[in-house]
Amino acid sequence: MKHEKNRVNRLAYIARRLLRTVLVTVAVVLVSFFLIRLAPGDAATVMAGQSGYADEAFINSLRAEYGLDRPLPVQLWKYVAAVARGDLGMSYERRQPVLDVIVARLPNTLLLDAFALVVAMAGGIVLGALAARRPGSAGDAGVTVLAMLFYAVPQFWLGMMAVLVFSVWLAVLPPFGIETMGADHTGLARIADVAQHMILPGMTLALYYMASYARLTRTQMIEVADQEFVKTARAKGIAERQVARRHILRNALTPLITYAGLQASILVGGTVLVENVFSWPGIGTLAYEAVTARDNPLLLGIFIVTAILVSLFNLVTDIAYSIADPRVELGR
Amino acid sequence: MRLDRRSVLGGAASVPFLALHAAAARGNVLNAMMPAEPGTLCYPLLNTRVVQQICGNIQESLLLLDWNFKPQPNLARSFTVTPDGLVYVFHLEPDVRWHDGAPFTARDVVFSCDRMLRQLNPRSRNAFNNCESIRALDGLTVEFRLKQPFNAFLLSLMASNAPIMPAHIYEGSDFRTNPHNFRPIGTGPFKFARWERGQYIRLTRNPDYWRKGYPRIDDIYFRVCPTPEQRMVALETGAVDIALADDIDTVVSKRLRANPNIVASTHGYEGVGEIAVFEMNQRRWPFSDRRFRQAFMHALDRDFIVKAINFGQGKVATGPIPSSAPYYDRKVLTRYDYNPAKARAMLDEMGLKKKLGGVRHRFGFLMIPDGGGVQTRGAQYVRQAASEVGLDIELQSSDWAGFAHRTGNWDFDMDNNSYGEYGDPAIGTSRFFVSSNIRKGVPQSNIQGYRNAEVDALFAKASTAIDPKEAQAHYSRLQQILTRDVAMLWIFERDPMLYYNRRVHDLVSGPNGPTDGFGRTWLSGEA
Repeated sequence: MKHEKNRVNRLAYIARRLLRTVLVTVAVVLVSFFLIRLAPGDAATVMAGQSGYADEAFINSLRAEYGLDRPLPVQLWKYVAAVARGDLGMSYERRQPVLDVIVARLPNTLLLDAFALVVAMAGGIVLGALAARRPGSAGDAGVTVLAMLFYAVPQFWLGMMAVLVFSVWLAVLPPFGIETMGADHTGLARIADVAQHMILPGMTLALYYMASYARLTRTQMIEVADQEFVKTARAKGIAERQVARRHILRNALTPLITYAGLQASILVGGTVLVENVFSWPGIGTLAYEAVTARDNPLLLGIFIVTAILVSLFNLVTDIAYSIADPRVELGR
Repeated sequence: MRLDRRSVLGGAASVPFLALHAAAARGNVLNAMMPAEPGTLCYPLLNTRVVQQICGNIQESLLLLDWNFKPQPNLARSFTVTPDGLVYVFHLEPDVRWHDGAPFTARDVVFSCDRMLRQLNPRSRNAFNNCESIRALDGLTVEFRLKQPFNAFLLSLMASNAPIMPAHIYEGSDFRTNPHNFRPIGTGPFKFARWERGQYIRLTRNPDYWRKGYPRIDDIYFRVCPTPEQRMVALETGAVDIALADDIDTVVSKRLRANPNIVASTHGYEGVGEIAVFEMNQRRWPFSDRRFRQAFMHALDRDFIVKAINFGQGKVATGPIPSSAPYYDRKVLTRYDYNPAKARAMLDEMGLKKKLGGVRHRFGFLMIPDGGGVQTRGAQYVRQAASEVGLDIELQSSDWAGFAHRTGNWDFDMDNNSYGEYGDPAIGTSRFFVSSNIRKGVPQSNIQGYRNAEVDALFAKASTAIDPKEAQAHYSRLQQILTRDVAMLWIFERDPMLYYNRRVHDLVSGPNGPTDGFGRTWLSGEA
């Protein structure tokens, strides 16, 4: 009976969160639509300026084609109506459906983010646990300094240095791209090729987040180690390794889930710099290109997809949290 | 996919191999780069440098320029001009086929010049609107009948102005949405093969190319390299073979010149004849006062700009026409040497005295977005140079949209920019000085608001003169007036650098450089 009630609560909670996702998306559309129009200029002026030769006919024909010659409320109405039908419009610059453009690039960003997140979590937890074993020791200090270093160094600079060392000086890793041009690898050779291209951008992203996980894990473990149930476990004579793993680490990890959820959200929209440094063909480079070209439909489309993904990540985090810690009940 | 021991070992074994061949396709393949992925590969629709360098391999023009700026046959094997300069007849190359096998005929030329280019491309429209008629005399002969003589007409038929497009693909369709804008068809030495979005565009050899024995390479890859650092690394590591104008900042030119695997060349952009300039909004005081503009020129050490800021690349500009271009006349130019004392005296004389704080006048300088390159560095120098004569400049940053919007709508005091002369002042230069081209909302026009009735008349006479001596006389007088007026602040002639791997040969074959494609290029062993 209680399990049934929990299941109903959980489903109701998920439904509420999905509804909230829709509301967030609508708010993102409305705010972004007006915000990106505050800056002077539009896609037509970009093209006119960059082609080096323009006249009124050229600019006016572009504005008419993009619908930029219509009043702003009309543009908004047409856009919202199209989005409600699942149509994110046509990219000004690419003259392709926005959804197609985003769908083609999104897997690359998710792949890079997943790699970075897994490496960051695994590395961060291990380093944090090692540091927490003997607070104040040389090992603890080393991990702390390393974590602060990777946390403080700007990602784009770290990326450029990585290229300099591993691509230019040592020539062991490709400097950019997602795979070797024209190699047309298939199967495992392709996986190896992509993996190799992913090492530098993935590690550049991961090191920053790994530093956060290491710091958080260390703090949590030191805090949990001081609690009564840990003392009880030790008093029972349980081996120190088991105490550390089963009692301290497990309880210290639950806040990390929340943190991972937040970071996964940031990662989706936060790869602009790293993707551009490594020419990784994902959403980050696409967003940069859309901003510089004032490709408003594409930019809005990226905002919408990102907002949906962030909401979904948060929902997954909440569910994962309730699974990791049975004391947490969704919907209460 | 089945995982077995053999495939796992095969995959693992490929890792070091891939590392050695990181990012580049080798063999008889040319690896090029593009700083930004183009939105379309429809040449008439988007005539940017990136589109020019890709589509210059796919589409062709009627004529090419030789190193002496003389028109040479291309798709047109010969041409005649009537003595009154009004009728041009082109005899087309027979046995030319489009990449889909359809024959190339006079219909394609008439369609391209009379309809598609005129409708889509402002650069071409400027030339073809001067035509009374464009018609096919037979399957391989086209006649252009002009309303009045236009002595730069042949130059306006070069690839960047007039790429010939396939009528059978575009006729009757919406040019802007035609699917072939993403997989173009041409007559050129290379065919479109693949567009891997966000990564690269691949062109492949056209085995049926009409010019026998060409092209000499199998494939060309244009790789997306959005940042200057990436482009530099790509060139140094051999991931790409060539870097074209503006791909590489001059700040690293010394380092690249010292690299034994890389060749640095200044040949290939003579046909553009680009001059870096400062523009002043002459509707506003004190920019409207010729004395202010002259004083400002004296305040600038342009030799320093070339040597220190552009690392010795280029030369000080002396007027509206590049020194290497036809009609340049050094004898008539008013020169402005670096002389801050003279600048201060001139400003005093015009009543622009120093006020409280030692500042005569404050104004904004809108910087063209070049990613921190030479134009940005130049603007930073100008701020310093202006302060030495009592002028306080506020540097204003912008993106492309903001820059084009503000300059096009005359919402600026001063900016930096550049323009190409394209072989003749009537094509690339006049548009910045004639009063008929003062058009609000249109960037890259006469945004300064410079007006001079004599200049308007001289440009009109010069471009319609049949006798070259008469044209020269008009252009000499124009250079005299424009430099006296400081109608624009000409800073330096750009002289862009082409960098390429030593294995690349015959990269360019004329002053239009990469715009004419890589049909004659060949590759030797690995460098």
